[in-house]
Amino acid sequence: MSGQLVAAEGLPWPPRVGDFYPPDLAGPWVTKFTLMVWLAVGILIIFFMVAYRNPKLVPSKGQWVAESIYGLVRDNIAREQMGKDGIKFAPYFTVLFCFIALTNLFGITPGLQISPNSHIAFPIVLALVSFVLYIYAGVRKHGLGQYLKQSLILPGVPWPMHILLIPIEFLQTFIVRPFTLAVRLFANMFAGHLILLVFTVGGFVMLASDSLFIQVSSVAAFLMAILMAFFEVLVSLLQAYVFVILSANYIGSSLADEH
Amino acid sequence: MKLAAEGVEHHPLVPIWQELVIGSIAFALLCFVLLKFVMPRMETMYQARVDAIEGGLKRAEAAQAEANQLLEQYRAQLAEVRTEAAQIRDDARADAESIRTEILAKAREESDRIITAGRESLAVERQTIVRELRAEVGGLAVDLASRIVGESLADEARRKGTVERFLTDLESAGAR
Repeated sequence: MSGQLVAAEGLPWPPRVGDFYPPDLAGPWVTKFTLMVWLAVGILIIFFMVAYRNPKLVPSKGQWVAESIYGLVRDNIAREQMGKDGIKFAPYFTVLFCFIALTNLFGITPGLQISPNSHIAFPIVLALVSFVLYIYAGVRKHGLGQYLKQSLILPGVPWPMHILLIPIEFLQTFIVRPFTLAVRLFANMFAGHLILLVFTVGGFVMLASDSLFIQVSSVAAFLMAILMAFFEVLVSLLQAYVFVILSANYIGSSLADEH
Repeated sequence: MKLAAEGVEHHPLVPIWQELVIGSIAFALLCFVLLKFVMPRMETMYQARVDAIEGGLKRAEAAQAEANQLLEQYRAQLAEVRTEAAQIRDDARADAESIRTEILAKAREESDRIITAGRESLAVERQTIVRELRAEVGGLAVDLASRIVGESLADEARRKGTVERFLTDLESAGAR
């Protein structure tokens, strides 16, 4: 069977990491990925500027969409995670949510077919912003010493335990949090693209085989590809939501008065 | 192995540094534009809408409460006015009654006064008339007597008694 599949000439089979790194368009600065990021930035700026160029109390359709997203992030993420303090972070969270959701959805957008977030560089940038933001918020509210004390020292624990706990807490707050934030988003997008590659390219490979049975079976692969595409929409939005909700949670815990 | 032939296969967990730069600049630009020009207005609009809806409800409630209060107030005022009017009517009735009795008493008094004055003046008149009559009767009597005397002085003594008696009779009649 593998012999039959290999016979599908010209198709990149099996999918590999190299598929995520198409050749540069014009040097390392102008690639499909950087262009997609600029595209996302352009779309979001234009959408919000147009939707909100003349806001009214009774909104137009565009304004309503923009406000629904804002309201979702403001009330369901910022206020839920951080209470009243969260509302002043809601604008940033909205931008973050829209950017992640849109770049994630590029993964199933015809013509683009891959999310910029499947290159870890972009999730790293976003995670670093959240990282800086929650440390900055904590230091500004409590002062550096108090903030470190709060994040590293658990109250009500016998002191010898701190020998063990302080490194764990440090690792948790200052290394694991930003790392997982970036990797979670990257890995979801990477895996999502890989799954779509497996089913679509795999379907074409099966179609190109000699055996009629395998050719007919390719229908199942294409159906799975369609199903997975819808699944990817869900994952895209969910990962954007998770990224923002965790950022909000981290900033909220920095601002909290107790550990 | 086609791609591998083009170059070293990139490790997916190692970021491409150019992408880090581009991502930072692009995201910073996005944040700058949206946070500066769009989001503040969004929050303002959000607040305005919340205010418009909740504020409208609150205002309606307040207006309703005020209207109810005014209605109560007017009702109370109306009742007050009614009792006041009734009181005024009662007072007026009582006043009229007292005025009537007062006038009646005055009239009665006046009529009594007039009657007594009339009686008194009648008595005075009578007295005067009696006095005049008496004088006149005396004169007449003397006249009569002289005439009788002129005719017959013989019966002087007899006639003296007659005159006396007559006068006494007159006096007693006047006293009566």
